[in-house]
Amino acid sequence: MTTTAPTEELFDCRTAFAEALSELAQENPRVIAVCNDSVGSSNLVGFAKAFPKRIVNVGIAEQDMVGVAAGLANAGFVPYVCGAAPFLTGRALEQIKVDIAYSAAHVVLCGMSPGVAYGELGPTHHALEDLSWLRAIADLNIATPADPDQTKAAVRWALQNDVPTYIRVPRTKVPSLGAAVGSPIAALELRQGHDIALLALGPMASAARSAADRLADQGVRARVVVFNSLRPLDSVAIARAALETRAIVTIEEGTTTGGFGAAVAQWCAENHPIPMRIIGAREQFAPTGSAEYLLAHFHLDPEGIATAALEIFNAVNHAPAPHSTPNDSSASSASTYGGDQR
Amino acid sequence: MNKYSLVPDVEAIEAWRAIRRDVSAGKTELLRQVAQSLRIDILEAIHEAHLGHVGGDFSVVDVLGCLYFGIARVDPSRPNWPERDRVILSKGHASVSLYATLARCGFFERSSLRWFAKPQSPLNGHPNHRKVPGVEANTGPLGHGLPFAVGAAIASQLEESARHVYVVLGDGELQEGSNWEAAMFAAHRGLDRLTAVVDRNRLQQGAGTETTNALEPLADKWRSFGWSVQEIPGHDHSQILAALRERHPGRPHCLIANTTKGKGVSFMEDRQAWHHRVPSSAEFATAMAELRS
Repeated sequence: MTTTAPTEELFDCRTAFAEALSELAQENPRVIAVCNDSVGSSNLVGFAKAFPKRIVNVGIAEQDMVGVAAGLANAGFVPYVCGAAPFLTGRALEQIKVDIAYSAAHVVLCGMSPGVAYGELGPTHHALEDLSWLRAIADLNIATPADPDQTKAAVRWALQNDVPTYIRVPRTKVPSLGAAVGSPIAALELRQGHDIALLALGPMASAARSAADRLADQGVRARVVVFNSLRPLDSVAIARAALETRAIVTIEEGTTTGGFGAAVAQWCAENHPIPMRIIGAREQFAPTGSAEYLLAHFHLDPEGIATAALEIFNAVNHAPAPHSTPNDSSASSASTYGGDQR
Repeated sequence: MNKYSLVPDVEAIEAWRAIRRDVSAGKTELLRQVAQSLRIDILEAIHEAHLGHVGGDFSVVDVLGCLYFGIARVDPSRPNWPERDRVILSKGHASVSLYATLARCGFFERSSLRWFAKPQSPLNGHPNHRKVPGVEANTGPLGHGLPFAVGAAIASQLEESARHVYVVLGDGELQEGSNWEAAMFAAHRGLDRLTAVVDRNRLQQGAGTETTNALEPLADKWRSFGWSVQEIPGHDHSQILAALRERHPGRPHCLIANTTKGKGVSFMEDRQAWHHRVPSSAEFATAMAELRS
């Protein structure tokens, strides 16, 4: 079975982010934006015009930015802290740990332009580590929306849930998944298949779906599941992939050390071991290149994903099947999972 | 229920109210008794736990006593009253001085202080606002309190509230750059609802501040960042009270409280070793005798 993308139009999720934030601010007077001289790069120009008193621009000072947000939360505001993901999460990591997560402050950290979105600007400006170091911090939700609709849903979800949350807001243009947004913390099955599972984090969904098309041409039926949340992690979707397919490939625009693939591997190792490949930046800084070039460099393009998937599928296909549930009827219909496991 | 439940102390709250009334009426000498009582509570808790930072507790406790028994609009029977003034202890390692002060106000029973640092106790080595009524911010790593206080003061400014924010900083912690990010921004925002008190005891964990990474001229630094600045003797209650009442429209206020580390016990005073040394039984007895004399 092959699905084609509903639309080829590409979107910058920062636009959806800003729209959603303005809507929330209109509805809720406690919503406030905090940024680090990033009004433009966080796409907050419209917000600043509409709510001039409800944007606090601390200047280029990320530690202060996160601390100020914690102080605002102490008075009952819900700050959306907006900054480029590498600087927000790297420079202010201890503030995120202590002032936000350990303090259970209702603050929403919005990491703009994560991964290799800044392309040629180089590793100083890439955020490949953010998922790893934030996942190591307890009591911090991590949302990884894949498209504009999911981005809006994440922005709203973070307000409704009185829990510190990091939202990874993509800058690299992505197509709309054209799928109904269910729970922002439930993984979404974009394509059925029982040979192999491609588990894509956020905006990697599109490349995973194209890779599945290539695999279909070679007779391999790949399931494609997009995870729009790293914490809570939809372990039901992982369990089904482990039980119902023969291998798992995870795909993330981040380091393979400690991020999404590591989380999936941990679940599988502890519950249901299965052959895996983790695609991402494998313990190396990026060379010079555009975002598109770097995604291909790290095998995060359809070709790279399909190649890795085929390798592992061929390896397991020549071995006796460890599990035998391809005809499990429960696997054939549902498109969203309901997991809320932390 | 956790066996370490912190419950309000009604009698202590009444006593606290009475002292506040008297202090407002000018009986500032009462604050000397408050501070000595707090030092005794602190020393007992540290002796019981075999852990703590007695030097910094004793240098800052007069400031904390003045804040809670003379200045800050807080209500121990309603620790989360939204319109309370915010008091933030940035030098979180002086947690016992804060716990002792909150207990004397009646936020919780004074007998709970013996739980300090016990397994599963809410009275952690550094304060946690989710576990201890009256604590505003989780501090411990240095350089976190001032940015938090700036955020709280911006909130008050935005809401045109009467809430004032007091943040108590160690002097050594001013070597952390985050303070200066926040100091610059506080002045930029004209946060006259913010008062920072620097516990200037001139000693940090390893050595003197001036031999480690000199802070002087400290008052000039704050002034150049756009703050109004006042230097006061940090164990003189009348002067502390007066300085905490200072307001300068459009500008945050900084008090440099010149203090003595280990103040109140002769063999601890101005001795770097007492940053976090725990007294032996003999030292404890001698120190208690001095504090009670």
